[in-house]
Amino acid sequence: MATIRDMIAPFELFQPTSIGDAVALLGEHGADAWVLAGGLDSFDWFKDRIKRPGVVVDLGAVEELRGIRASGGGLEIGAMTTLTDVELHPDVRARFSILADAARHVATPQIRNQGTLGGNVAQDTRCWYYRSGWPCYRAGGNICYASAPKAMNREHCIMGASRCVAVNPSDTAPALIALDAQMVIQGPEGERVVEAKDFFIGPGIDITRMTVLEPGDLLTAIRIPDTWSEATFYYEKVRDRNSWDFSLVTVAAALRVEGATIGDARIAVNGVAPHPVRLQHVEAYARGKTRDDDNGRQAGELAIQKARALRHNDYKLSLMKNLVRRAIRGMEA
Amino acid sequence: MELFRRAANPWNQEVLIGVSWDLMWAAVIAGIAFMVAHALLVMGKTKRLAEPAAEAAGIPEKIERHSMGARAFHWLMAVAMFALLVTAFVPVIGLQFPWVTIHWVAGVALIATIVYHVFHSILKEDFWSMWTRSVDVKRGMMLLKNVFTRSDAEDPKTGKYGVDHQLYHHAVMVLTVAAIVTGVLMMFRIDTPFWERNPYLLSDGAWGIVYVVHGLSGVALITMVMTHVYFAIRPEKLWLTRSMIFGFIDRSHYLEHFDPEHWKVGSGAGEALEAPSGGALAETAAQSPHESV
Repeated sequence: MATIRDMIAPFELFQPTSIGDAVALLGEHGADAWVLAGGLDSFDWFKDRIKRPGVVVDLGAVEELRGIRASGGGLEIGAMTTLTDVELHPDVRARFSILADAARHVATPQIRNQGTLGGNVAQDTRCWYYRSGWPCYRAGGNICYASAPKAMNREHCIMGASRCVAVNPSDTAPALIALDAQMVIQGPEGERVVEAKDFFIGPGIDITRMTVLEPGDLLTAIRIPDTWSEATFYYEKVRDRNSWDFSLVTVAAALRVEGATIGDARIAVNGVAPHPVRLQHVEAYARGKTRDDDNGRQAGELAIQKARALRHNDYKLSLMKNLVRRAIRGMEA
Repeated sequence: MELFRRAANPWNQEVLIGVSWDLMWAAVIAGIAFMVAHALLVMGKTKRLAEPAAEAAGIPEKIERHSMGARAFHWLMAVAMFALLVTAFVPVIGLQFPWVTIHWVAGVALIATIVYHVFHSILKEDFWSMWTRSVDVKRGMMLLKNVFTRSDAEDPKTGKYGVDHQLYHHAVMVLTVAAIVTGVLMMFRIDTPFWERNPYLLSDGAWGIVYVVHGLSGVALITMVMTHVYFAIRPEKLWLTRSMIFGFIDRSHYLEHFDPEHWKVGSGAGEALEAPSGGALAETAAQSPHESV
């Protein structure tokens, strides 16, 4: 594991008070700038001296980035809104409870008080080879230590690998995908809105990033449309211990159920690929099906069709299969 | 400008991990510089045409330069090479897409075309027409002299392939073989249907060399492809480009540019689309089958 030195390398600190100033700073300093939100991912990197940005742009004073407000029938959540605020917000709990559930499953209360929704979705992978500063593909090198024949890869991916086998660690990401959320990004070219399912990218597209955010970009808000308001939700995160741990596999499902029949569905999983995966083929299967164990079992089998275990993580195949099964069946196995 | 990228391995040893991508831009600039320099050197140059009439007897109207097999190889290789360069370098300049699978599949396609080319050129084509001999070098020196002195003297006639073609072929061959050998080794580090990936097949240092050789050959091929396309679309070379599409050149181009002693066409040579009427050329061809196509 990395050596914690508790002595952060020097950097120039900027504390803008508006989105415009923050975006201007990020545009000015480009790849040398680091966006600091809650700091829970950032300070690990800084203290290990593995990431050494020349400039840190602290968003803590940008009030525009905080808060939850109504927007077009849905909600708009500022990227700097804390996970506790997301978890406890009455509208989120009443209409999009899956997101409140997801936020509640992040780490510990202290971390949720400090951590932000934007930081949770934009955080880097927790692959320990990468986090230890080894020159793997994701760090700009040309090897994946975690996929080597004798690597320790119990927590790594079972699908979507392209040289790198790290997984996305975000708990809220699958919930946002299930809700058809949209990510609002301010960059040098202005504002753009990206669907949550397209916000996360795999190593096949860019092995050094986990999201579409490029140097100069700032995630400012997350919009939740009313599409899945008050739908039937299922969220389950499996981890080695019940608190303060990253996900092994997480499933998030939003279902429109009429009687016992599934009218429409959004199902996403995380912890199985370098990016959260929306299971569109499972959604297609579920539409029009009865919400029972037979269909749940079939959906689970479909979900892992393209999965392939590494040396130490074949348990993820049955875990993912059973979580999808539960999401469709709607009760614990 | 850095030439190589380095990193510290888990044992804190500095290892090579590849070439600097600055070299990609250096290769592009070198290609552009070459094209501009060549264009300026030949601009306004009037070329004296050869006197073909005396030699025209017995030469067919259309002369096969590239067989269907050779043309198919050329264009398939071109597609594979284009796919390889695009998938290798476009992501480097910022346009991100899932390139790895396309890249190795194109590489496998390139290997297949080259294996075909090797057997085809040995068994079906005139292998020795691409061989550089002392006479080719002498002609090449004369050609260079004409270009650099902007002389309007007649360019020397060549065999089927002039020394410029031959040297280009040899350079591309070396670069492509280097890229292929290192590329196949690199395929051991990714998921393919051929074998189980094993990034520890070689030591860190050896992998570094593999990546550097692959990178250097790749960036050099950028320049080579740029210059190749440049010559292919130059107006005075279009007749050669057309021959790579349709397979033949006409008699006047043959007589103007090629030495019948070193690229023999006519009866018995097998490449004429119209049967020649015989004569001295056919007789010479019969005496030196080694040189005929």
